[in-house]
Amino acid sequence: MKAFSFARAAEPKQVIAALADPGTQIIAGGTELLNWMRLGIAAPERLVDISKLHTLDGITRSERRISIGALTSLNEIGEHADISTYAATLAQACLKAASAQIRNRATIGGNVLQRTRCAYFRSEAPVPWECNKRTPSSGCAAIAGLNERHAIFGWTNDCAAVHPSDPAVALACLDAEIELLGPRGRRSLPFRDFLLTQAEAEKAGSAAQVESRLMRGEMITAFHIMVRPDERSAYLKVRERESFEYAIVSAAAAVKLKADRIVSARIALGSVAQRPWRLLDAEQALAGKRLAREEIAPVIEAAMAEAKTLPHNDSKTTLARNAAIRALLMAGGAA
Amino acid sequence: MADDDHTCTPTPKVTRRDVFIGTGAVISVASAAEAKGSNAETGLAFHDRVEAQFSVNRRTYRTSVEPRATLLDWLREEADLTGTKKGCNEGACGACTVLIDGKRANSCLTLVAQCGGADITTIEGVAAPNGALHPVQQAFIDHDAFQCGYCTSGQIVSAVACIAEGHAGSEESVREWMSGNLCRCSCYPQITAAVLDAAGRKG
Repeated sequence: MKAFSFARAAEPKQVIAALADPGTQIIAGGTELLNWMRLGIAAPERLVDISKLHTLDGITRSERRISIGALTSLNEIGEHADISTYAATLAQACLKAASAQIRNRATIGGNVLQRTRCAYFRSEAPVPWECNKRTPSSGCAAIAGLNERHAIFGWTNDCAAVHPSDPAVALACLDAEIELLGPRGRRSLPFRDFLLTQAEAEKAGSAAQVESRLMRGEMITAFHIMVRPDERSAYLKVRERESFEYAIVSAAAAVKLKADRIVSARIALGSVAQRPWRLLDAEQALAGKRLAREEIAPVIEAAMAEAKTLPHNDSKTTLARNAAIRALLMAGGAA
Repeated sequence: MADDDHTCTPTPKVTRRDVFIGTGAVISVASAAEAKGSNAETGLAFHDRVEAQFSVNRRTYRTSVEPRATLLDWLREEADLTGTKKGCNEGACGACTVLIDGKRANSCLTLVAQCGGADITTIEGVAAPNGALHPVQQAFIDHDAFQCGYCTSGQIVSAVACIAEGHAGSEESVREWMSGNLCRCSCYPQITAAVLDAAGRKG
């Protein structure tokens, strides 16, 4: 790990001023950043410690919405009564992420900015193979190599990485809003538009390194979720071992029912693209259907037609379809 | 608070650890080194060395470190508390688990620079000051919950927290909430039994 200098911020405006220098990076929980620095994925000259900015830490609920400060730990979110009641998919996603130890340190703001677990990307510098994220314009070793864990939606020939976060999938499903602070003040955007697929980044003229709409000099300050008391949600994570493992695929679903009919539904898939993958057309088509496997399966199946698989990952299409169906049934209490 | 001998190697002469033992001064991130790039507008000054004061096993330490020093390396190399083990050094194995303000954390993923004011407990601080074993330590012995022992200090510290959190009510819960501690000898059935037993003994 390269040496860096360090300062602890006492208020957010100090962080924004410090970020004006491109060599400065934020540290909060540090569970991702320390490993980036060890591998050479990041080599900041300065770290500004935001972990003592207490105004960014904690969960509050009003009648209309729940606000989660960017510094709130995954364990705190996962075990919070309001989150379990009104945003169950997020509570479950947080508690299925990482380990108990890591979840005490890892913050929700840092979690959505974590980077892909692609083994070619996560290698120690100097990187011995092509990776457009690590070495711009070098190519992508995964597309011609081992790509069992890679994307089935939104990837390009430059990169087929997936985003590994569980909470991000739940936040996208819940139509959460992400609040950012930058040199020009505060702004908010729908969280489902915050992370970018490779195709979206390319359309915006960005290279493979750009993975979100966070602009240079900005920091995440909070997430806001609408309180929808008549809605239920669930998170399903499919993985090779039952705990402390990244998803092969995951699915977050939220559903509002009238008797056994779906009034409205939202579904996001995880680990299938570089952002949580919402099934927007399927969500529309589900309205009015009975919450039963035989009625919802064809709708989800149709949504998977868009999938574009790599040589080793066509099983992901089947897993993702089945996960989406099961998550919907779980959310509605029918599984 | 008693300043008891730790269970690590006896110290024949004055060690670096003795030099670091605190005087009770105010916690700060100020430094003797010259501030790099002090920002006049916000008053935020970046330093190449960081001073921090915190307690480890009820004993106060004051130290000056490079910002990149991890708590794991500091505990082992500066404080001579070698019970905390370095396994993967990337948060994947749990051998370095310590309690920070009562919560378990991977010390390999924690900077000393972020520990100012913290109350830290390592495996050396788990037993009672009079040397009586903690119920979790006794349960690990009773259930043969280790073979090579390398992961054991992390397992025990993690189990102490797991029980305190209320996550040791069933085998399923223990297996889930202890999953951050790997055991390459695969003593998981014995570890699970020990944690459940210790949780029961504590009532």
